[in-house]
Amino acid sequence: MQGQGQSLTLENIACVRGGRRLFAGLSLSLSGGGAALISGPNGVGKSSLLRLIAGLLTPAAGMIVKEGRIALTSETTALNPAQPLARALGFWAKIDGGVVEPGLEAMGISHLADVPVRILSTGQKKRAVIAGVIAGGAPIWLLDEPANGLDVASIALLEAAIAKHRASGGIVVVASHQPISLKGAQAVILS
Amino acid sequence: MMGAIILRDGRLALSGGAALPILFFLLVAILYPFGVGPDGALLARTGGGVLWIAALLAALLPIDRLIAPDAENGVLDQYAVRGCSDEIVALAKVIAHWLSFGPLLMLAALPAAALLRLEADVLLRLELGLLIGTPGLAALGVMVASLTVGLRGGGALAGLLMLPLAVPLLIFGAGALDPASGGALKLLGANSLLLCAIAPFAAGAALRGIRE
Repeated sequence: MQGQGQSLTLENIACVRGGRRLFAGLSLSLSGGGAALISGPNGVGKSSLLRLIAGLLTPAAGMIVKEGRIALTSETTALNPAQPLARALGFWAKIDGGVVEPGLEAMGISHLADVPVRILSTGQKKRAVIAGVIAGGAPIWLLDEPANGLDVASIALLEAAIAKHRASGGIVVVASHQPISLKGAQAVILS
Repeated sequence: MMGAIILRDGRLALSGGAALPILFFLLVAILYPFGVGPDGALLARTGGGVLWIAALLAALLPIDRLIAPDAENGVLDQYAVRGCSDEIVALAKVIAHWLSFGPLLMLAALPAAALLRLEADVLLRLELGLLIGTPGLAALGVMVASLTVGLRGGGALAGLLMLPLAVPLLIFGAGALDPASGGALKLLGANSLLLCAIAPFAAGAALRGIRE
């Protein structure tokens, strides 16, 4: 799926939002196949940490080094609500040079390809977003609460997709409340 | 990436509500004779200026759809994750916005000019002025839309912000309708060029600010 050169290193990261320090002195190092699970109570900065890694926020201190393209999911879908799912995902897949169908298949939503995004349920939207990440083929996945709203069967699909991604040398960072099986993942506990 | 954004935004605009500003523009041209009476000479003398005001107000209508939906939906974040600079996103949005209303407005000016009894040479100067001025209006629209994203009553505020800034475009655009206008077209061009040149940077900085 991708080359083997990907890595992600965080050194002594500090995050300040709205004048408030969320966390400091956070370090993390992941190479191909690695995974990290970020946990901690609400508002502790899990999403902010993912946005820092993605480059959407600037760390107040420390350094982030990443080798490889990034895919980020958040609470938003970034999909055009009026378009059928496959076309909405296709917009991003085209930019990323990926193909939509394997993503839809992996998340078990191939049958929703022609359904407009706006009438999908919360769980279906979440699966669509993850399908988009799979389709994009980026080596580094940053998943923010990927299991929110998913049923048991879909969580199994998600875990399988993550395992497959790691087996082919990908890196995954997950922020989640729900228990997700991430074998050998580094635990990052924010408090 | 930029081409993809232009294509996406252009399609979105054309499929949802690009007709609205154009209809508004035409409606003004239809209503104006009702307001001032059927005096052909008066209509011909004042019609060009009225069409410029209508164009200005029509350009205001789509402003709340330019940036806000993409900001709320996380589309702007996804552009940034993919390494697309905010300036490029802003520039693409200016181009897409202009494409979705500039040419249509110029087309709508034809029946509008007929309704207001404009002379052929006035119509020609109006079209020329719109061609030069509407990119400036598009740039201004994207700038104002970026600055007002997420504010309560952003739409109304956008109007208050944009209209005063568009006054030079109106003055030189309407001024250029007069055959003896001298350099009005050039000044209109300078104005439009200035707005187009600063828009990617001003709007880009505003888009960056949304993320913080």
